[in-house]
Amino acid sequence: MRETFASVIAANRFGLGARPGELALIGSDAREWLRAQLRAPPPVLGAADLLPSAQILAQALELRREMQAQRKQAATAGSAGNGVEDPAQKRLPQFLRPIYATEVTARLQHAVATERPFLERLTQFWSNHFAVSIDKQFLAGLAGSFEREAIRPHVLGSFTDMLLAVETHPAMQLYLDNYLSVGPNSQAAQRRARRQAPRIGINENLAREILELHTLGVGGGYTQKDVTSFAEVITGWSVGGEGDRFADGEPGRFVFRPELHEPGAKVVLGRRYPDAGFDQGVAVLRDLAAERATAHFIATKLARHFIQDEPPPAAVTRVADAFTASGGHLAKVYAALIDVQEAWLQPLAKYKTPADYVVSSFRGLGVPVEADHAPLAPLEQLGQRTWSPGAPAGWPDRSADWDGASGLMKRIQWADAVGARLGNRRDALQLAPQLLGANLSEATRQSVTHAASAPQALTLLLAAPEFMRR
Amino acid sequence: MAMQRREFLGFGALAAGGALLGTRVALAHADRGTSRFVLVIMRGALDGLAAVPPLGDRDYPELRREFALHAPGQSGGALPLDGFFGLHPALTFLQQCYAARELIVLQALASPYRERSHFDGQDVLENGSPRPHALQTGWLNRALAAAPRPAAREAGVALGQNVPLVMRGPAAVTSWSSSKLTVLDDDTLARITDLYASDPLLATRLADALAANAMAAGAGAEPGAMKPQAAPAPGARGNARYAEVVRAAAGFLRREDGPKVAVFDTNGWDTHANEGGAQGQLASRLGELDAGLATLHQELGTAWKDSAVLLVTEFGRTAAINGTRGTDHGTATVAFLLGGAVAGGRVIADWPGLSSRALYQGRDLAATLDLRSVLKGLLSEHLAVPAHALEQDVFPDSRTARPLRGLLRS
Repeated sequence: MRETFASVIAANRFGLGARPGELALIGSDAREWLRAQLRAPPPVLGAADLLPSAQILAQALELRREMQAQRKQAATAGSAGNGVEDPAQKRLPQFLRPIYATEVTARLQHAVATERPFLERLTQFWSNHFAVSIDKQFLAGLAGSFEREAIRPHVLGSFTDMLLAVETHPAMQLYLDNYLSVGPNSQAAQRRARRQAPRIGINENLAREILELHTLGVGGGYTQKDVTSFAEVITGWSVGGEGDRFADGEPGRFVFRPELHEPGAKVVLGRRYPDAGFDQGVAVLRDLAAERATAHFIATKLARHFIQDEPPPAAVTRVADAFTASGGHLAKVYAALIDVQEAWLQPLAKYKTPADYVVSSFRGLGVPVEADHAPLAPLEQLGQRTWSPGAPAGWPDRSADWDGASGLMKRIQWADAVGARLGNRRDALQLAPQLLGANLSEATRQSVTHAASAPQALTLLLAAPEFMRR
Repeated sequence: MAMQRREFLGFGALAAGGALLGTRVALAHADRGTSRFVLVIMRGALDGLAAVPPLGDRDYPELRREFALHAPGQSGGALPLDGFFGLHPALTFLQQCYAARELIVLQALASPYRERSHFDGQDVLENGSPRPHALQTGWLNRALAAAPRPAAREAGVALGQNVPLVMRGPAAVTSWSSSKLTVLDDDTLARITDLYASDPLLATRLADALAANAMAAGAGAEPGAMKPQAAPAPGARGNARYAEVVRAAAGFLRREDGPKVAVFDTNGWDTHANEGGAQGQLASRLGELDAGLATLHQELGTAWKDSAVLLVTEFGRTAAINGTRGTDHGTATVAFLLGGAVAGGRVIADWPGLSSRALYQGRDLAATLDLRSVLKGLLSEHLAVPAHALEQDVFPDSRTARPLRGLLRS
């Protein structure tokens, strides 16, 4: 009986919600079902219409350049400022939006169909840890390829490799402004000073968020001085073809620009790094990844996501120990997480995010995600547009962040719409134990049994308290 | 230094009769129960020196360089405030409020948080304690719990799907956001209500949502209710970014039986690069906000005279422009308090100056006013929150932050 509940925990807390038959497949060894998902290399999202970020960004930069030229031309011709929107100025969003839709659809299709849902939840966890947000220019077109290129390949690999891939990805360089950052004593700055051109210098945004959000965590022992110094270390990390100042380099790819790099040795967290150009930043990132504060921060976030909102300190320590002992080998970190006793305790108390709710509904009802982009609607309506947390901290991960009255009402309304659409083609009573297993309450079973219609039965199943949580 | 020290209007002029005045106002408002309060959280750290430039400070032009605003009257100039401070030219409605004595500008103010993380800064801004993550509830909710019992079951409403930390806690509150999804039939709703009977959280949330929906639907009986009105004429100033949310807020607040407190978020203030000056990125955002506040004023109608609207952000930004024509995370910043209930037409600032010696850690505007002083004064006078509750429950460990009195009209 205890193991039956373990299968529900594995499918919901670690997975993305049970598909019909999944609980039976998990069977009596839920931990082994999870471990097995970590053995093969992570899958590649394979749709042919998913483009590399470099290609997307190069095209977007070219489009913007054309638009700027047109605007300039219009300004000199005197037709600017007449309040009429120039359709040509919409070309960039028109280019980026379908890319976003294609990426979200591919991601959703995979989440709904995958037989390794634990791995996909981990991918989403890391994508949110290293969050970018589509409200910034170009990011709508890059968020998907960023996840495919910088996150997915490293989900079972080393944290250091993922960190390096993320921070050198054009999407992150653009999102946190580092591509513009210039060392105050760099060749470029000195040239400008001689010409008495407006001052250029560092932007500390990426450096701060790497320390605060990506590695050490906010209490991780760094100072403002470390932020500034680290920002100088990563001056010159940039993107090819972006902006008039930085037009050189292969468009759309990460590039190191020695002429923007702040020369000299720098001290970060008490360690001295001799100037080695690009490698100076790599050295700092490697050391940050190996800090105990980083292990603790990552372990806390994993435990919050997979165990409970306020995870027991002993559990966090065990996961952090695995991180440290393995040198950030992520598959070993997850193995430690699976072994934490508290991860297997009832009840399933964590309130699902809107995305969890939609994905688990699709999985549970066996809804194929069509490529016509309609599946994006519920994520938007329920308040979690993919890759749009709006801030580099990513989506919040505590129940109280998601359990608002209006949010609940929208879930219920959406469940009602799903019931109306699929109710006559699904048997809610037969599905209930498939989705909820040992967690199915008598109240829910009764409610579904006595529903006035098949659509209403399905609505009640999706609205059930057990289905709101993981 | 002394030359740049501004007269501190807040404490100086009002200290004498302040305490007495506060008590009287609090009682008057509490008796009628008509006071409305709107809290607007500006997430991302608003650049207070851009929104309220200290035009009279001799270090200001050098720090802000090409983004320094000119004096009022000049092309691209600031709007006039008190002669020393100006107002960003995008904030035309706020300037009208100032002229009508319905706006107090609070400069060089900060929460007790002195680091530079947005997320911890917002946590302190909302939890009301001096430390991030020290409390899981928000000061506004705890204040509502301590205030005289409101007419509505829900004392407050968050405009959005979820309730921000500042509004979470023991007092019943709800959240509301517009939905394109269709309304459920009564039978299904009744069955779901039954299904949640033994689940206290979901039962409460569902009841709150139904109450909010009923109010939103019922508001249709009033003129200019929560239903979005016709789109503004082409060429109208700003855009409608906040129109829907402020109309909804006003719809709730206007009702006799509705919540008297509303909170909503605004975003886009994290201007690390290409911030702009009189025009540009930040100017657009400020213009949208200003247009939203003008709409709020209009939609509140006669309730405006009983309203106070407070705009706050987690911290300020660096005094100097950074290397990428933006500003990085800083310390002190500005807050705005407006509304018909506000004793406005004033800038409250104990101006520390912008010389390199005066700057906090050599880079940020120093804080000379504790945000909690403003909040304590406001909550006691406007919402009749008892003083002992403010000290003990609403703002723990805040003894150094004495209530700022006289923010409201008597």
